[in-house]
Amino acid sequence: MTRELLTGNAAAAWGARLAEVDYVPAFPITPQTEIIETLATWFGEGTMPGKFVSMDSEHSMLTAAGAAAATGARVFTATSSQGLLYAAELLYTVAGWRVPLVLVNVSRALASPITLEPDHNDVLAARDSGCLQIHAETCQEVLDSILMAYRIAEDPRVLLPVIVNLDGFALSFTREPVTRPSLEQVRAFLPPYSPTHARFTAARPMAQGIAVLGGALYSFFRYQMHLAAQNARAVHGEVAQAFREAFGRRYGLVEGYRLLDADYALVMSNAYATRGKAAINRFRAQGIPVGLLRLRVLRPFPALAIAAALEGKKAVAVIDQNLSVGFGGITVAEVASALYQERDRPPLLSYIGGLGGKDLSDAEFDQILQDLQRNADTGHVPPPRLLYTEREDAQTTAFLEVAGKGTRHVE
Amino acid sequence: MSNEPKAYRNIKDLAREELILPGTPLCGGCGGLEVLRLASKVLGERVVFVNAAGCFTLLALFPYTPFRGSWLYTTMASAPAGAQGVRDALDILRAKGRLSPEEDLQVVVVAGDGSTYDMALSATSGTLHRNLDYWYLCYDNEAYGNTGMQQSSATPFGARTATTPGGAGGAVDGLLGKKDIFEIWRAHRPPYIATVSPRHPIDLARKFEKAKQLKGPKLFLAFAPCPTGWGYDPARTQAYARLGVECGLFPLKEAVYGEVTHTYVKRTWRPVEEYLRGQGRFEHLFEPVRQEALLHLLQEGVDRYWAGVPR
Repeated sequence: MTRELLTGNAAAAWGARLAEVDYVPAFPITPQTEIIETLATWFGEGTMPGKFVSMDSEHSMLTAAGAAAATGARVFTATSSQGLLYAAELLYTVAGWRVPLVLVNVSRALASPITLEPDHNDVLAARDSGCLQIHAETCQEVLDSILMAYRIAEDPRVLLPVIVNLDGFALSFTREPVTRPSLEQVRAFLPPYSPTHARFTAARPMAQGIAVLGGALYSFFRYQMHLAAQNARAVHGEVAQAFREAFGRRYGLVEGYRLLDADYALVMSNAYATRGKAAINRFRAQGIPVGLLRLRVLRPFPALAIAAALEGKKAVAVIDQNLSVGFGGITVAEVASALYQERDRPPLLSYIGGLGGKDLSDAEFDQILQDLQRNADTGHVPPPRLLYTEREDAQTTAFLEVAGKGTRHVE
Repeated sequence: MSNEPKAYRNIKDLAREELILPGTPLCGGCGGLEVLRLASKVLGERVVFVNAAGCFTLLALFPYTPFRGSWLYTTMASAPAGAQGVRDALDILRAKGRLSPEEDLQVVVVAGDGSTYDMALSATSGTLHRNLDYWYLCYDNEAYGNTGMQQSSATPFGARTATTPGGAGGAVDGLLGKKDIFEIWRAHRPPYIATVSPRHPIDLARKFEKAKQLKGPKLFLAFAPCPTGWGYDPARTQAYARLGVECGLFPLKEAVYGEVTHTYVKRTWRPVEEYLRGQGRFEHLFEPVRQEALLHLLQEGVDRYWAGVPR
């Protein structure tokens, strides 16, 4: 066990190394590249036995990853943003192969306009693919989640790929203290991968990814994936318990922060939840009972855990660091679906914040709190809002003028 | 598998055993399937086929496959990358003692021309650059066959497809003729490239046998007459496979580390018209009016090719 400062990317690379992955097909993309550079170095110097291969695209990369996993190897790969979408066809395909590989996505907002900093439209575009999703807040959690991800994915009740998400820049390039377990400790937690369901050998020919005709067969196989993803909730619980016993750290499907006695709640995910927690501490210092619910496992969707955590709150604000154009926030709709059947469901306020890595300031959290309190007093639910400060608005207006686009067409 | 290359002198030297079993959903008279059947006799049963979307995808239809070996359907654009993953995993598992040598497999991509010439070109180039030890068999029926014969970049100049109703190429849509995929592959200097035809089984078997001795990419472009798409009676597949070669349109050749040898050369070739006639996709070259200029252009292309081949 070693404690040291690691970036989120380095923590991800250590996760793969400690899981003793056999194979890493890779393709560079900012802000993920440091992960594959680190792994390439380790494979090159022989500290990781197996093979690292530079592929010709993310589409090829994920095909090779899935095919190697279908042959019986433990596989790791990583991408970001455009890369994840370039590989989108394979997300669905390899999930259908039921291969338990782990893919790290380092979140970065999608083009257009092309940019570098994080939001979650990339990883949420993989939401319905059949890949499970764990979203990490800290560098420690990145490493831990990768180890947990292999054990969940390889469980015979699950057998689905897992995406572990971390925010670009906010986490990928941020150094935090990370406790790095020893290989022996990890071996005791994560048994070797030795599949029988997906494997190519001469003695036991197997057809994988085979075509079906007719909706009944197709429905059967796709719904099998859904049932397996449902199983992953309980499996996560078992794995989290084993992880806690082995390493002393505790992870749930969701994380409540000062939430139990709170009247109001913020719902957030990933690294920006740290900013949310800072705001909670500030409000608590003022004596205002606010807590935070962090969504950690997005697939399988932890509907019951969310409903239980938010039950009886006076008002809840969901901050979506994503935007479904023409709809609004993605997770607010999912949280609403988790609460709908509850008798005592709290009102939900919806905010879009942190798109493309936009900062979230104290003023914006203050505004949300004000809205929550007003709602509790008057029942008023404001329309979904984009979090945006006056200063940012002035800056944007100035840039629009420089670009000769002085007239704004937004209402 | 013995390392001693087997000599193929006549048809009796081919294995009698069938490794592609009959009763597949493919069309009767499929030239591509005949190539796969012949190639399998040389490759043996310790293979995993890695497939791209196309006609051959229907070979394995749950819960049946016609193979003795294994199968992995990937996507239209990434079968070679799938081969990379399978080959790498087999090598890793062997190196780590988790797979015994006798359990090892040869990895064989089977893809049509739509995948090969268009979507998967970049993925194929990647495997050639990485010198991946695998086989690639392209069954070239010169169009997107499985979707009902739309033009691909393997469609020859003048051929009618569902998306080139007036005939591909020329002034109509400004397209050039068929891409020269053999030369595109050859520019990478892989260990082995060959063209094969189902009507030349000994030539085909010799080439697969020769490639067995080489490590790295081994690519085969198979002439795949297609009764359904080309518009002729399925009984005539072998006749068209023969005419394609005899008219000089489909040269039988190989390239070992880039050095080209033609394996079937004649002093004179039969006129291309003999090949074109009777195929629905070229009917408009003869009816209602004979398209002399186009026919001349097609013959000229063949003549020009062979003029450049050293005798």
